[in-house]
Amino acid sequence: MKVFIKFDFAQFCSKVLDEKLCELGIKYRMLNFGELEFLEPVSADQMKAFETVLNDYGIEKIENQKVILVQKIKDTIVDMVFNANESIAVKSSVYLADKLGHSYGYLSNLFSEVTYTSIENFIILQRIEYAKSLITNTDLSLTEIAFRLQYSSVAHLSTQFKNTTGITPTTFQRIIAKRRALKNNKD
Amino acid sequence: MQEDFTYVVLADDDEDDRLFFVEAFDELKIQTKVDVYKDGLELMDALNHPDAVLPNILFLDLNMPKKSGIECLIEIKSNKKFKDIAIAIYSTSASEEDIEDTFVQGANIYIKKPSDFNDLKKILSDVVTINWQYHTNALDKDNFLLRL
Repeated sequence: MKVFIKFDFAQFCSKVLDEKLCELGIKYRMLNFGELEFLEPVSADQMKAFETVLNDYGIEKIENQKVILVQKIKDTIVDMVFNANESIAVKSSVYLADKLGHSYGYLSNLFSEVTYTSIENFIILQRIEYAKSLITNTDLSLTEIAFRLQYSSVAHLSTQFKNTTGITPTTFQRIIAKRRALKNNKD
Repeated sequence: MQEDFTYVVLADDDEDDRLFFVEAFDELKIQTKVDVYKDGLELMDALNHPDAVLPNILFLDLNMPKKSGIECLIEIKSNKKFKDIAIAIYSTSASEEDIEDTFVQGANIYIKKPSDFNDLKKILSDVVTINWQYHTNALDKDNFLLRL
């Protein structure tokens, strides 16, 4: 006999965490998914037991705070780019600093240290990637795409696209179309 | 700091170009490991070996004896085993036709070989950095087109 099951990953993990932390007598609060705050000081022994117990479930404490913060910066940027139509009125540097509670200078240095690129370049890269996916997957015109991504004009979008990829949006569109045609011929 | 390194392979029949290439990578701050092959046949034999470690980025010269860069490109693109390799065409040609044709066949990057060593370093650094972004941020590789 076969049965099919469906499970809620987030709920499952929260439940495991809750049970295990209760057993260990650690008081905690869930901040975001994947982020815990201990409400009382935790002894080294407790911490060790916490890690050992959770390892069995494939749950691991992330050690490197820098990597975590960089991931948060990236997530915030991606969110910012993909929800650009909800119009974020402030500059991205102010937005990031506010949202993450660190100075922009600190975030910026940390980001470059870990990722080999700058926050500014990462924002441009994400915007251009978003533009690419809109070009290939929708019927939006370049004018509409420029508007949606909050470029001041199509020319501005095209220039940044060309500077980032070395080709124009129109050439990009043509190459992708030809690739698809070639692939369809083969199949 | 990320502990990973980028594994880079070049196939080029010109010995000087191979030397400059390896030397340029030696001077970059990004961690890389570089292997070179002197023609397309040698390259494909190495890639098709069952124990082969596949490169993150493969640089292909277009004009090579025995098997050309475009032949290698088509062969690689028709084999699912190689789908994660980013392919960079590394050529003296800057003809629009070559460029568009190799992109259509599935190349990700087109580099016109620079004559200046510092330009080469800059270009290779850009390529590895952008490839790293695609790799670490799970970006759509099908949309990865870069011309330098």
